Amino acid sequence: MNFHAYLSFSIWLPIIMGCLVALTEHEVRRLTLSLSLLGAVLSFLVTLPLYAQFSATATGMQFVEMVPWIQAYNINYHLGIDGISLWFVLLNSFVTILVVIAGWVVIRTHLAQYMAAFLISSGLINGIFESLDAVLFYVFFEATLIPMFLIIGMWGGPQRVYASIKFFLYTLMGSLLMLAAFIYLYFEAGRSFEILKYQSLTLALPVQILIFLAFFASFAVKAAMWPVHTWLPDAHVEAPTGGSVILAAITLKTGAYGFLRFSLPITPNAAHSLSGMMIGLSLVAILYVALVALIQKDMKKLIAYSSVSHMGFVTLGIFMFNPLGIEGSILQMISHAFVSIAMFLCIGVLYDRMHTRNIEDYGGVANTMPVFAAFLMLFVMASAGLPGTSGFVGEFTVILGAIKVNFWYALLAGANLVFGAAYILWMYKRVIFGEVVNAEVAKLTDVTSREKFFLAIIVVLIIAMGLYPQLITSTLHTSVNQLIQQSSVIKY
Amino acid sequence: MSMTSLYLIVPMAPLVGALLAGLLGKTLGRTLSHVVTILGVLISFIASLAIAQDVFAGHLFNGNLYTWMTVEDLSFHVGFLLDPLTVTMMLVVSFVSLMVHIYTVGYMHDDPGYQRFFSYISLFTFAMLMLVMSNNFLQLFFGWEAVGLISYLLIGFWFQRSTAIFANLKAFLVNRVGDLGFLLGIGLILSYFHSLDYATVFSMVPQLVHQQIHLLGSGTYSLITVICILLFIGAMGKSAQMPLHVWLPDSMEGPTPISALIHAATMVTAGIFMVSRMSPLFEVSEVARSFILVIGASTALFMAFLGIIQYDIKRVVAYSTLSQLGYMTVALGASAYPVAIFHLGTHAFFKALLFLAAGSVIHAMHHEQDMRLMGGLKKYLPITYITALIGSLALCGIPPFAGFFSKDLIIESVSESHLFGAGYAQFAVTAGVLITAFYTFRMFFMTFHGEPRMDQHTKAHLHESPWVITLPLVLLAIPSLVSGYLLIGPMVMGDYFGSSIVIDQQHTALHHLHEEFTTPAAFMMSALSSPPLWLAIAGIVLAAIFYLVMPRLPEKIKSHAGLIYTVLSNNYYFDWFNDRVLSRGSVSLGKTLWRYGDVTLIDGAIVMGSARSISRFAGRLRHFQTGYIYHYAFIMIFGVFVLMSLWFIRG
Repeated sequence: MNFHAYLSFSIWLPIIMGCLVALTEHEVRRLTLSLSLLGAVLSFLVTLPLYAQFSATATGMQFVEMVPWIQAYNINYHLGIDGISLWFVLLNSFVTILVVIAGWVVIRTHLAQYMAAFLISSGLINGIFESLDAVLFYVFFEATLIPMFLIIGMWGGPQRVYASIKFFLYTLMGSLLMLAAFIYLYFEAGRSFEILKYQSLTLALPVQILIFLAFFASFAVKAAMWPVHTWLPDAHVEAPTGGSVILAAITLKTGAYGFLRFSLPITPNAAHSLSGMMIGLSLVAILYVALVALIQKDMKKLIAYSSVSHMGFVTLGIFMFNPLGIEGSILQMISHAFVSIAMFLCIGVLYDRMHTRNIEDYGGVANTMPVFAAFLMLFVMASAGLPGTSGFVGEFTVILGAIKVNFWYALLAGANLVFGAAYILWMYKRVIFGEVVNAEVAKLTDVTSREKFFLAIIVVLIIAMGLYPQLITSTLHTSVNQLIQQSSVIKY
Repeated sequence: MSMTSLYLIVPMAPLVGALLAGLLGKTLGRTLSHVVTILGVLISFIASLAIAQDVFAGHLFNGNLYTWMTVEDLSFHVGFLLDPLTVTMMLVVSFVSLMVHIYTVGYMHDDPGYQRFFSYISLFTFAMLMLVMSNNFLQLFFGWEAVGLISYLLIGFWFQRSTAIFANLKAFLVNRVGDLGFLLGIGLILSYFHSLDYATVFSMVPQLVHQQIHLLGSGTYSLITVICILLFIGAMGKSAQMPLHVWLPDSMEGPTPISALIHAATMVTAGIFMVSRMSPLFEVSEVARSFILVIGASTALFMAFLGIIQYDIKRVVAYSTLSQLGYMTVALGASAYPVAIFHLGTHAFFKALLFLAAGSVIHAMHHEQDMRLMGGLKKYLPITYITALIGSLALCGIPPFAGFFSKDLIIESVSESHLFGAGYAQFAVTAGVLITAFYTFRMFFMTFHGEPRMDQHTKAHLHESPWVITLPLVLLAIPSLVSGYLLIGPMVMGDYFGSSIVIDQQHTALHHLHEEFTTPAAFMMSALSSPPLWLAIAGIVLAAIFYLVMPRLPEKIKSHAGLIYTVLSNNYYFDWFNDRVLSRGSVSLGKTLWRYGDVTLIDGAIVMGSARSISRFAGRLRHFQTGYIYHYAFIMIFGVFVLMSLWFIRG
């Protein structure tokens, strides 16, 4: 086996770069900025070989690294990715670049710490998607809370302390139960924290259900499933733009990823017996939250609720237990990452100029910012799931997966075609269309070339994914089929 | 050059034009922007002509361009199907689009969003062509939603107007309701047919004819009927059939050229095209066709009534479009798909003509649309007058104008149908003729005849529109005049559509028409003795009496017909219901869920509640630490006492 350490690079390079950036606190701004951009770009570049050398047909984990860590408890530094995690690593590393660019001129206080927090967080999140050891996973899973807690708590809005503590406690509570489940499984697996060993364990159904629920407590909170979603709107509203981007694009996905990596393969029978609950919660999330999003007055809150609604498709797809559903949910996650990044960046663009996120304070922005209006139109349509954009691909595939299981699931999820369009287009109408409503809007200046640059990148991604999703799905098939096989065996 | 690349040029040329005008509009300037877009559509039209020739020479095509996505054993493609039905639609779309592009040069010449407008209409042409050229349901849905998006953008083109941005949101959402049905139909097709390619799906119909599915309770339903009804719900949204028609009248907020292109000639007929394309499915479901028949007939009749009471010239044409779409739908229900497509084609010409003529009037009147302020425009706008007359006669179905042939065929084919609801449909389409003629000529007389009612300033500036506006009028007037006469023989009576439309042998509507038909001239002669023609003439005469001879009469009738007038002027309360019940209902449901669900229950009771109980518990616990030395001393002594007692008791 030839030596490679791409995965370690993808974790530690951004962390090291982040630490270096943190040291530049008293240096000139430009140094901090260029070092952070360099760090983000390099960290993304080291993940590219993962895609280039990934074998779409090989089963099992690839790019595996294995070093003993705490031998007394048989804990290993064990990394590896399959077709599912590959995309999250790429996505996360890429998003970091955008976050750095988005914070370029906007962040005025403690710039070095801000950039450092994002770079470190990026490395830690890659760790979540790459860990094959439960303790390692847990460490990364919890460690990501720290930078995010600081990001919200330091650069957030007026209610930031409430929001950051709510975020922290909410997610920590769930994780403790997951840790208990890991420790139980450690003994069951003959004193091993190997996730792959967990997956081949035979467990009685009641045990499976308990473990499933323990996982659920952790992952449902992270994925902001209804009814444990209320930390998300608060965290989003208070977080700075970059924080919202990471929360929506990546943090939510770690929860859904948990369902795919742990709940389904380790407790397949419990997953099947509790699928009714999961489907019910997903459908409630899709519809209930879409209605709640409709009446929000704060744009960020509206997008936060729309995130919960879109994540409903993700969890719905996962618990359809068929390839369409699961691949659809992965596509939906990737697409939602693009769309939510775009939406938060756009709100950031407006907020930087007007210092308000209230829909009421806007109106007729298209008159003064036509280019911005065109960008936002495209993102809004992607959010509403228009074919040709990424938003369609995930929802469409999940609905096709759902209709195979039950027509009514598909009908209820599909109703988002109407409600999902209603809340987002109504917002667009009130903010962008109409006459100029006040002097502040009249003074707005259109997007700068820096803003154009990062918005254009997302446009390309959204359209590319909408027109050619095969690029993504072709690497998913093997892993998803394996996952479905694992989740359809009877273990007890 | 291979044929495949020629096929590709048809949708791509307008797309390139749209991107150039849209992204580089400011750099290109006005003239270059309209040149590139017109050129794109012209190329598309010429390529369509070449392809049509090739297809009618027998070279059909069904192939994929690329694989969009694969999941399990399913693959989704992007590809083209070129057959007579497709090329007919391609010709209609690219021709009307070309006319509208040229017309726009004149109509929008002083609009600040000139380049944006050209970009949108070219993009629309691309999407519509992708829709009609598709060989599978996925791409059909792509085109379906994309034309909806551009319709949304164009209705709200003047985005400062509050009415326009209300109308475009409404249009998008109502269409989305239809699209939901459409999407579920596609989903069911995929899960039972395991493919979304037309050819594969149609070839599997015989195996699945008797397939039943469970939906509600213990009852089972025919799979194909469910699929057909779901697909038709999609068509109801796009082709504005009751009760999903509410968006179309409001869509008149958009500039007139797009009312002609999108909301009369092409996009709204997508539903008619789609059902014709799916004829192998619809032919095996009697229930679905009955449903179509009733919906179409209701739309044809009830929307015609609304045309009578409008004063906005564009709204009259809009309601007439709704009613005519109902006619086409009736033809679909009667299994006379070629007749529906025939009417779609003739209607595209004369309705685009009427809209553009109305636009020419509006242009001359400085954007005044109220017919009460018009009158006597005949002498100021001679070309518009003549072409509008041709369009109106075609719409009323007076021979030898195009609409006569297609409409008469619809009435005859529905009389051959034996489905549930056929009697009602026949009544509706026959009575509709009288009403159509009445409102059409009401509009015509109010606009062009009688006393001029505009103010002096407007009157002084009245003049015929420039050639870029009148040329498309003339070019559309020609097919409005002759296309019926020329095409009825080959298109309906011959084997024009070949295998692209499948009609069950037992559905004999068309057979009877074939048997009776000899020549177009004889067809006209036989119409002289049938009621529809006389009803149309009666309608025109009635309009002449009301609006030329006794112009005070309508107001008198209006004041005596209180209830009926109120119902009509409120659009049968559809808007009221949608606004009060559906839209406000959703908002207040959202508010309730948020306030009581998220804020009070989850955050208030559970999250903050548990936080509060922890702090309350901690607060109680705190009282044990009072800090007074004698409290601690007392507890220590008490403890020692208890321990000692226990020790003694245990002995």
